[in-house]
Amino acid sequence: MEFVVFIIAGLLAIIGALGLIGFKNPVHSALSLVLSLFAVAVLFLNQDAQFLAAVQVIVYAGAIVVLFLFVIMLLGVDQAEDLSVEPIAGQRPIALAIGAGVLALSVLFISVAADGGATGQQSVTAEKVDSITGTAQSATAALGDNQTDGTETIPNIEQLGRTLFTDYVFAFEVTALLLTIAVVGAVMLARKPKGELAPLPVIPGRSGTTDETEELEDA
Amino acid sequence: MELTSTWYLVLAAILFALGATGLLVRRNPLIMFMCVELMLNAVNLTFVTFGNDLNDLGGEISVFFVLVVAAAEVVIGLAIIVAIMRRRNEATADDLSALRG
Amino acid sequence: MTSLPLAVDPLFVGGVGLEEVLIVALKVGVAFAMLMVSVMLMIWFERKLHADMTNRMGPTITGPFGLLQTLADGIKLFFKEDLLPNDERGDSAIFRLAPYLTLIPAFLIFTVVPIGGDFDNADGKVSWWGNTTQLQIADPPVGILFVLALSSLAVYGIMLAGWSSGSKYPLFGSVRASAQMVSYEAALGLSLVAVLVKSGTLSTHDIVAGQADGWNWNLWMTGFIPFIVFLIASTAELNRPPFDLVEAEQEIVGGFHTEYSSIRFALFFLGEYMNVVTMSAIMVTLFFGGPDGPIPFFESFGWAWGILWFMLKVLAFCFTFVWFRAALPRFRYDQLMDLGWKLLIPLSLGWIVALVALDLAASEGWNRPLVAVICFAGLMLMGTLLNAAVQSGKRKRLAGEGFD
Repeated sequence: MEFVVFIIAGLLAIIGALGLIGFKNPVHSALSLVLSLFAVAVLFLNQDAQFLAAVQVIVYAGAIVVLFLFVIMLLGVDQAEDLSVEPIAGQRPIALAIGAGVLALSVLFISVAADGGATGQQSVTAEKVDSITGTAQSATAALGDNQTDGTETIPNIEQLGRTLFTDYVFAFEVTALLLTIAVVGAVMLARKPKGELAPLPVIPGRSGTTDETEELEDA
Repeated sequence: MELTSTWYLVLAAILFALGATGLLVRRNPLIMFMCVELMLNAVNLTFVTFGNDLNDLGGEISVFFVLVVAAAEVVIGLAIIVAIMRRRNEATADDLSALRG
Repeated sequence: MTSLPLAVDPLFVGGVGLEEVLIVALKVGVAFAMLMVSVMLMIWFERKLHADMTNRMGPTITGPFGLLQTLADGIKLFFKEDLLPNDERGDSAIFRLAPYLTLIPAFLIFTVVPIGGDFDNADGKVSWWGNTTQLQIADPPVGILFVLALSSLAVYGIMLAGWSSGSKYPLFGSVRASAQMVSYEAALGLSLVAVLVKSGTLSTHDIVAGQADGWNWNLWMTGFIPFIVFLIASTAELNRPPFDLVEAEQEIVGGFHTEYSSIRFALFFLGEYMNVVTMSAIMVTLFFGGPDGPIPFFESFGWAWGILWFMLKVLAFCFTFVWFRAALPRFRYDQLMDLGWKLLIPLSLGWIVALVALDLAASEGWNRPLVAVICFAGLMLMGTLLNAAVQSGKRKRLAGEGFD
């Protein structure tokens, strides 16, 4: 059953990724990204990471891509890009070669790791209990695999919450600070500059930019 | 056919490679940014897979933090892109070299 | 690998076989039918009630009391010409996709709402023909997060609808609507956290079970403030009056659905009212105990009493939404954003801190009234500081100084 879900979600994720890099229109790319993110959320669910699946949809698909779409819509960057022009000669074949190389290296690494060559059992930092059957499945835990063993089923989000606020509370606080800094930075960057705008630098090879803001009143 | 974690890792590798290729091929800054997000997602999938495999919650915690940092990065990145593109309508990544010196 | 976290529903304990699939399919069919009928009745109810409140008569001709008016409108819309935008100025593919992006999350949210069941005696489960099940389609352990996720997705429909129409008014309307929805999602989520602090669980079944006593409703267990914040935030989230600047005829023609005609417009309309019914259902589940209510007679049909009480409560909320439309003037856009960011979010945040402090005081054995007074004083202080900052920013902005 999980295999079927994996195949479907995996195919959707790959289709979404191909759409993201293939579509000319940025809005279509953004929607393919949403498809991909959704598929990845389903894959998270398949691995018993329920909170992460929900947060992935809420944060990534529900906020980050919305932000992208705002920028695309408001800046009018929805002019379709001309994919047939290559500014650097031979850019596309080199890019494809690099992509294939990255894939080959990753698969090589995975095939080594799958034999147990790269991970160690002693590096477990926080024990994860399966939230449905209530057992930890690693060899280091000596529980039976029957639910009636008297072990409680701890919901995934409770385990996550406990670990986050005890072992990782410093990282949590620092991340909160980072978010505040990001908000302040964004507000600063979005200010309308007062006074004269600096002259635009000239780009060689372009006949002149269509800079309408210098003709209108500081709009 | 058994669904081992290798399947997930290979899928994540494919997504990462697709994101990397997209980043190298496209010139619209927003689409390049979205390819970076795709790569981050592939890494998240890897983290969760390993966390599930080793029964370690550290995988999911790492994903949590990667998610938050990615959100912050998108906010600042888009603010920069908006600040630049307000003045030029059809800027592509090739034109954003005005800072070189 | 672990088993799929299907649900905590007792139906799935023995694995998933044909019987379970049929029961779930039955539940989905019944819920869908219920939702569609209630949406049609809601549209009629709104027109009749709004007419009554404004001294008119509303639909009277089609069917008894005008009940079939919605059906008649739907049939009329079906026969209208289907206009699609030109692909140079708009985008016809996304134009076609957008209404479904509003409609589908509305129905999906309804799948986690417990519709009935006897929570006093039988823990909300019913047993028919040897199968025990809960009276909701799904009960994932992260049910409330699922609701939040889907309401985040509802923004897409409106945003893409406006953009793909290729015209000025829809674009303005949709950008404002999506900014409004995204702002109030934060307030929605934060007021939800207050409920979660009290219930200790994210599953909708357990939230309702925790309120089963009749005097345990989250409405007063969390103080009344989270409910009020949730009500205001969900009204804004649904783009209902008084927050309907973005689709009001007097302001912006039709907003994001200006260019939509025939069936697509009907889908948007349907989606909006379905969202109203669903959000009312969520509010009832979170704050009013869901199907909880007294069971005077016929105890063995306790689950049916649950359904009745649930429907009455949802009806009360639909009434409230229509009442808002009839009684309140529209918010201006900047007033709307100010309300969301500068009032609701700090208020719900402060309230969560106060609730958690009181909970901690109860469990640690501190002096509870003293903690309550300190919390109140702290909230007042923070509120004053925030207000001072907001006012000073406003003064500077009006004096034309800008940020400096």
